[in-house]
Amino acid sequence: MPEITREEVAHLARLARLALDDSELDVLAGQLDVILGAVAQIAEVTDAADVPPTSHAVPLVNVTRPDAVVPSLPREKVLAGAPAAEDGRFRVPRILDDSA
Amino acid sequence: MTAVPYDEALAEFEPVIGLETHVELGTASKMFCGCATEFGAEPNTQVCPVCLGLPGALPVVNETAIESTIRIGLALHCDIATWCRFARKNYFYPDMPKNFQTSQYDEPLCTDGYLDVLVAGETVRIPIERVHLEEDTGKSLHVGGATGRIHGASHSLVDYNRAGIPLVEIVTKPVTGTGTMPAEVAKAYVTELRDVLRGLGVSDVKMEQGSLRCDVNVSLNRPGQEWGTRSETKNVNSLRSVERAVRSEVERQAFRLRAGERIVQETRHFHEDTGMSTSGRSKEEATDYRYFPEPDLVPIAPDPVWVATLKDALPEAPSVRRLMLTKELGLSDNDSEAMVNAGVLDVVLATVEAGTSATEARNWWLGHLAQSANTAGVDAADLPITPAQVARVVALVNAGTLTAGLARQVVDGVLAGEGEPDAVVVSRGLAVVSDEGALAAAVDEAIAADPDAAEKVRSGKVAAAGALVGKVMKATRGQADASVARRLVLERLGVTADLS
Repeated sequence: MPEITREEVAHLARLARLALDDSELDVLAGQLDVILGAVAQIAEVTDAADVPPTSHAVPLVNVTRPDAVVPSLPREKVLAGAPAAEDGRFRVPRILDDSA
Repeated sequence: MTAVPYDEALAEFEPVIGLETHVELGTASKMFCGCATEFGAEPNTQVCPVCLGLPGALPVVNETAIESTIRIGLALHCDIATWCRFARKNYFYPDMPKNFQTSQYDEPLCTDGYLDVLVAGETVRIPIERVHLEEDTGKSLHVGGATGRIHGASHSLVDYNRAGIPLVEIVTKPVTGTGTMPAEVAKAYVTELRDVLRGLGVSDVKMEQGSLRCDVNVSLNRPGQEWGTRSETKNVNSLRSVERAVRSEVERQAFRLRAGERIVQETRHFHEDTGMSTSGRSKEEATDYRYFPEPDLVPIAPDPVWVATLKDALPEAPSVRRLMLTKELGLSDNDSEAMVNAGVLDVVLATVEAGTSATEARNWWLGHLAQSANTAGVDAADLPITPAQVARVVALVNAGTLTAGLARQVVDGVLAGEGEPDAVVVSRGLAVVSDEGALAAAVDEAIAADPDAAEKVRSGKVAAAGALVGKVMKATRGQADASVARRLVLERLGVTADLS
């Protein structure tokens, strides 16, 4: 049975850029444990029935489109959702922390 | 001094190299949406909800990108997957608007191939690990720091036009046994790969525009010992820099190893201006990309019959064309290899097709143009002159309009952006002067200035005329037709011109 630790949740939270406090880590560790348990149950059944793992619900392959250009969004609309814009570009905060 | 000279380092250590090459495909539209891919468009004018990763947008695979990737795999003798999936590579960086890159993880389209390259007369087989398809990221402009670098910048401005352009990643297996020439082998590989890709017509492979980019892995070990820890140098964006990046990394690592230090597994950034790399992030802070199958895209299952037809329709490999070049055009193996390694094989062929002889094309691309490229610090094939323009200059020389020296000036004019060869001839006033009236005065002056030489010629020592012809050439700044000048000098001194 899966047993997800607080440290693992903290690691995932860091990777997902989520700020979680200690009590939230405890709650989520318990919840994730239940979810993983449910998935493990499915694995038990499918393993026994020799069902190959799948990532898609529909039995489709090769859904493609021809290489043709269609109009893009007008730039005002593109930048309308940006927190900040400058010179037609998305403005983002400093990327590197130079104290490092 | 923090480096051991290259040759010395390789006498002591064995190199292992690996290359990851990213190629932007030349499709009209992006990988998963219909946005245009044109280079140099106004920022953020070729983006849509799909490539911006807006909620609810659904990607659809560009079929030409799949075909191009399979053709690349076939040209590199790879096995083509019969079933594979895209995967999400999750990370946060401003150039990736979706906060993940759609890529391929453990199911690449093509695996297990090779590419043979010629280095110093020897064929070296470079094993290919995989060829997979992903999407390119946006471009960042760093503001507020020195020289536009990310270090010290106060903020950055991002243009997503490039985000979502189909990008093929070609990864070699570790390459051992390159002995004293790892840098040369690395450069020869990227050069050959570029020729293969250009021959397939799948990309414009312009390194200066970033449509072909390399990451270079290097490690050193003492003979008989296990492989050393490798570094990965990114941003290597010219053929010349591929060689320089390997060279500088061999020299740097050898110095550290000799001093008893350990090599840190890290990403290094290559700087074109200095030819050196600086340390980037350390790999030890374990990048965890949490790959998982892309739920919005169904698997790709290339039909083996279709793959077989693609294979049959592949163009000749550059190595085969090279053989043809050597045989049909009568060029030596050395010339042929020199052209491949200078990356000019295709432009030489195109120049020949535009009407020059093989020797003329060779002489220009391995001569004056190679020098100009070296001075400018670019690859000869990337110089701002076309094979047709070179052929036109050659035609002007053959027609007697230009001398060899004038022709070089015309080429310099074209390189300086002064227009077509004929326009440069006019604007710089470079045409050969063969009008006898125009030359007569210069001939008289030359004779008057050097009576000794004139007397020798009169007494039958015709060879002495050379000094006088030289003066005429100088007075006309190289624009005189030398044979006409010679005939006029001899006539003026009463010697029957022997023009043979």
